Amino acid sequence: MTAFSQTFRRQARRVAADLRHRSIIQTALGKYEQVRDKTKSSFQDWQSARQGASETKWEAINHLDRYLDEFTTKLAARGTKIHWASNGRQAREIILGIVREKKARSIVKSKAMTAEEIHLNEALEEAGLQVVESDLGEFIVQLRKEAPYHIVFPAMHLTRGEISEVFRRELGSEPTQNPEDLTMIARRVLRKKYITADVGLTGANFAIAETGMISITENEGNARLTAALPKTMITLVGIEKVLPRLEDLALFLPMLATAGTGQPLTCYNSLYGGPRQPGDTDGPDEYHVVLLDNHRTELLADAEQRDALHCIRCGACLNVCPIFRNVGGHTYGTTYSGPIGSVITPHLRGLQDWKHLSSASSLCGACTEACPVKIDLHHHLLHNRRNAATQRPSFLEKLLFRCYAAIVNRPHLYSAVKTIARFAQTLHPIVKSTRLDPAFGWTSTRELPPIAKVTFKEFWKRRQRR
Amino acid sequence: MTLFIPCFVDLMFPQAGISMVKILEKLGHKVDCPESIACCGQPAFNSGYWDEARTVAETVLDQLRSAEVVVIASGSCGAMLKVFYRELFTGTANETAAKELATKCYEFSDFLVTKLGVTDLGAKFPAKVTFHDGCHGLRELGNKRPARELLSHVRGLELVEMQDAEVCCGFGGTFATKFPMISTAMAEVKCASAFDTGAEYIVSNDSSCLMQIQGLLSRRHSNVKTIHLAEILSGE
Repeated sequence: MTAFSQTFRRQARRVAADLRHRSIIQTALGKYEQVRDKTKSSFQDWQSARQGASETKWEAINHLDRYLDEFTTKLAARGTKIHWASNGRQAREIILGIVREKKARSIVKSKAMTAEEIHLNEALEEAGLQVVESDLGEFIVQLRKEAPYHIVFPAMHLTRGEISEVFRRELGSEPTQNPEDLTMIARRVLRKKYITADVGLTGANFAIAETGMISITENEGNARLTAALPKTMITLVGIEKVLPRLEDLALFLPMLATAGTGQPLTCYNSLYGGPRQPGDTDGPDEYHVVLLDNHRTELLADAEQRDALHCIRCGACLNVCPIFRNVGGHTYGTTYSGPIGSVITPHLRGLQDWKHLSSASSLCGACTEACPVKIDLHHHLLHNRRNAATQRPSFLEKLLFRCYAAIVNRPHLYSAVKTIARFAQTLHPIVKSTRLDPAFGWTSTRELPPIAKVTFKEFWKRRQRR
Repeated sequence: MTLFIPCFVDLMFPQAGISMVKILEKLGHKVDCPESIACCGQPAFNSGYWDEARTVAETVLDQLRSAEVVVIASGSCGAMLKVFYRELFTGTANETAAKELATKCYEFSDFLVTKLGVTDLGAKFPAKVTFHDGCHGLRELGNKRPARELLSHVRGLELVEMQDAEVCCGFGGTFATKFPMISTAMAEVKCASAFDTGAEYIVSNDSSCLMQIQGLLSRRHSNVKTIHLAEILSGE
């Protein structure tokens, strides 16, 4: 068992039994499905919309070379500087290079999971820069020195009281339980940061090939301020975020909002096509777009799981996942948590180190059902399990399943094992629910039904004889 | 017609299988139950050991090759035979056989309602119940309606839907023993949702889910009981 797997188990055991956590998450997500279903019903046909979105992403991902070329050519034509980063280290160096060249001291940042993925904040802070998250949820978890709990709702695990407490401690504000007051506290701090920041850093929701534009969707207006006020703007975007045409947004923006938060559309949807052009009233003097691979091309090479690159990071699979709801976002120990995280993390960070996430699933399929771009999420968990067992089978499991196959394929052996199990069962109470119990994984928390006095096969045999 | 009895129904829940035999024979079918089939191979398949799963599945394929129609006493094993065998045998000599088998497989409630058009079996069960949708039956096979259709015709039975009817009970095969803490938390959420309805019974068409739910109910000394759909339908 790897250290990552051990940490996951330890955390999962703690959080799954934490009833306060369970109740906070149930409250936070309780209304999500109702609101989302109501918004879904305003689509003429949600299933056709999913099919359409899936096909568009399929087209984009299966012709990624062409669309990336079109995207960067058009974006560069308006004066944007394009950078390609094969991995996290390169992306960090590129961004640090730009920041140093600009002699920047402070950076304001809007929400970007790709930045979390490459640990950008840590790198910038180590280089002596001040980085401020401008998304309210991200701002809160940054003050708490925590990773985002959820890819869309970074601070969903916190109560108003806990948010008030971190504001009091870090910002010296008066305690309050009022959401508006809490927002105003953050707003007063953040507004100053936008004005003084030398660089604005954003992520991207979509990269439009046809027009060479970045699409950013948000609810707070913080990404607009991050993009508009500082003199230099940098966007970090994963190469899989490409959409072929501008009109694709007509489907993807409402889908992202509906699946993500249950909103028909998010409050602000902006397109960025380059630095300030002659005649423009605002916008940055310089615009840099950093395209990040970081093992995405390896996932692209895997025909079976390539559709995982369709992901638009809406978080719907996390919201409906009973595992996520019970173990919580931080337990995963990954940038991307929930079902999509369990599928892609083994590709991004190593199969053997992260295969336990694919095993920690009941394969219920709620994620696949919720995914707006039809990623075959729960089947990919099965594929990861198969790949892990093929690449490095566990000696014990292999032996166990060989024995299992031999037994169930031979009626006499199956019957003999049944007899042995019946006998073992009479001795079971001696060790039941203790560490010596071979069925401890089950009996630690649940009762195990006994083998029936007359099994079905025995019933059937007797009946045939009659 | 051939009845497929999964290992856990054979060993721990024979009454569900016996009830199915009773119902199918009452409807005039000649039921056959191959002795050499003990398991569908899902434990090995779900753990990633597809070679071992395939050796088990090959036996099932062989035994069911000549079957006219196969009725499966579990949504989960139903999904294995109908959906996952196709993937398991892709690119092998058995690819066509797996595809053929898929076309003649039905989960028990789906067989009664969709294939036979039977919804009223004349059963009586005077109790308040709530229904749990097994994930494989619901999402892999798309069966939501048949079980409810059948329950709606049972005399004296009152069905109260729980809020989380479609949320997983936490069984998930080997997952339940590999990650007992998560699996149990899921069962707790499921049971809490069922308790809210005030039902006396939690009904399902999958014994594996019922084993998980009953396992927790028994440990917590709850008065709520679990029962398989077929046992309700065979009651007179």
